Amino acid sequence: MTGTATAFALLDLLAIALFITGLHFLNAPPTARFGNRLAMVGMLIALVVVLVGTLNAGWWTIAIGIVAGGLIGIVAAALVKMTAMPQMVALYNGAGGGAAALVSTVELAVVHQKAAALDPVVAVSLVLSAMIGAISFAGSLVAFAKLQELMTGRPVTYPGQQGVNAIVALAIALLLAFFIARLGAVPTWEYPGLVLASLIFGVLFVLPIGGADMPVVISLLNSATGVAVAITGIELSSTLLITGGALVGASGTILTVAMSKAMNRSLTNVLFGAFGSAGGAEPAAASGAQQNVRSVSVDDVAAMLAYASKVMVVPGYGMAVAQAQHSVKALADQLEKRGVTVLYAIHPVAGRMPGHMNVLLAEANVPYEALLDLDDANAQFPTTDVSLVIGANDVTNPAARNVKSSPIYGMPILDVDKAANVVVLKRSMRSGFAGIENPLYELPNCSMLFGDAKASVDALTAAVKEL
Amino acid sequence: MTDASHLVALLTVLVLAAFVGFEVISKVPTTLHTPLMSATNAIHGVVIVGAIVVVAELFHAPVHGPALAVLAIVAVALGSINVFGGFAVTERMLQMFKRKERPK
Repeated sequence: MTGTATAFALLDLLAIALFITGLHFLNAPPTARFGNRLAMVGMLIALVVVLVGTLNAGWWTIAIGIVAGGLIGIVAAALVKMTAMPQMVALYNGAGGGAAALVSTVELAVVHQKAAALDPVVAVSLVLSAMIGAISFAGSLVAFAKLQELMTGRPVTYPGQQGVNAIVALAIALLLAFFIARLGAVPTWEYPGLVLASLIFGVLFVLPIGGADMPVVISLLNSATGVAVAITGIELSSTLLITGGALVGASGTILTVAMSKAMNRSLTNVLFGAFGSAGGAEPAAASGAQQNVRSVSVDDVAAMLAYASKVMVVPGYGMAVAQAQHSVKALADQLEKRGVTVLYAIHPVAGRMPGHMNVLLAEANVPYEALLDLDDANAQFPTTDVSLVIGANDVTNPAARNVKSSPIYGMPILDVDKAANVVVLKRSMRSGFAGIENPLYELPNCSMLFGDAKASVDALTAAVKEL
Repeated sequence: MTDASHLVALLTVLVLAAFVGFEVISKVPTTLHTPLMSATNAIHGVVIVGAIVVVAELFHAPVHGPALAVLAIVAVALGSINVFGGFAVTERMLQMFKRKERPK
């Protein structure tokens, strides 16, 4: 190694250390920003090192790419609404996966000019990172389309779906076998075939997964891009890429498993169960008899809240859809003025990505100490006067505790019904994502306030003010 | 270094980094799962370094068509979106996490 090369390698090592330290500091809210900054500095060092190292080669090409991509990324990050964060993360993730696939494609061409016969390690890692990157790219785009509601958020199923998936998987396996068998020759059709099949597989694999399972999918795709980047690192002999990719691959796996556990379902069931499709064409059809529920007025609920001593807000995806987080905070402020303790119960899979509700409430200036996780919240419900359920459904369904035949049986839920009173803000009696009835609504201590979540909460705030 | 020991060295780094990833991340509370995900998302944007290396290789290659150059530019641009967008959005989210209300 020359002196410069050694210096560059050491700087890369510093960048790796900064990534790890940065992630470490992300484990507590007070230090999280510092952690993110450390990781940024690490990335800056890595970029400067590679740019200095390639100064005399195609710098204008590189500059165009960096500036164009950087501008798009930063502007989009500044403009995106907090409620649209899941699809934004999906897009960035797709960009990373696409980049990994393209790097491998170009590298393949370059390597081939140098030698006709490919080194097996390089060849296999090339093709693997291209495949995983392509799957992640295509899958992220479908996830984006679903979350952005460019297409239905419900699982897309069709007859023979398993068969089609099996054929694509088989095609990938065959192409891979051909590619490896013909390492000595210039790959003509196997490589493009593999990338194309991987793209198709990425689309097919996300299509049957429903909106409520998106937290799992997004963290899985994030993890997949990490793995693709790590393998790209092996083909380029870059410990920087290997480390960066492996860190993300590992962390994404942890999140994915945590999300599946929070739904008491195996990862296989999330990915291949087409959960919430309720038999395909007829989603969420009311199966049984009409439920007997008690509807209440805004004034009744306002009085109940104002004279309570502890209120637990239970937000769900409905709060995000109605953009009601600021209204919820305004209501909480009014209640706190009257001496009411307001806490928030956050289910791990509420919303469309891990921690979605926490980010929305943080945007509305809710201090993070008031946000309770599943266990802490459930310890508090028996001493709570009012559970205020805003746009959450399946995560409050008591059927998960005791109805063995229920599709969500065994899923850990928020025990909202243990509070003295439950008020559910809901647009209509339509069932939740899982397409199952919620017996909570028929309980004697439960009442329903129908209407748009934001409008209802605003009305409640006004009514509490008047009291 | 022989090819085999080089590969083993790279795989060692891969496996150790994965373990470090497991250890570091398993301590993150649910409150921070979204920022964590977008921060790790930005970190895998390090693939941009690979994209830049490949552009340089392409430049030094004896012959290369415009198609490959376009693919390489797009790779750099996608990596750049991933890195800059990922970090910017994480920063924006973390700015919102506050301990208690500030007087307005």
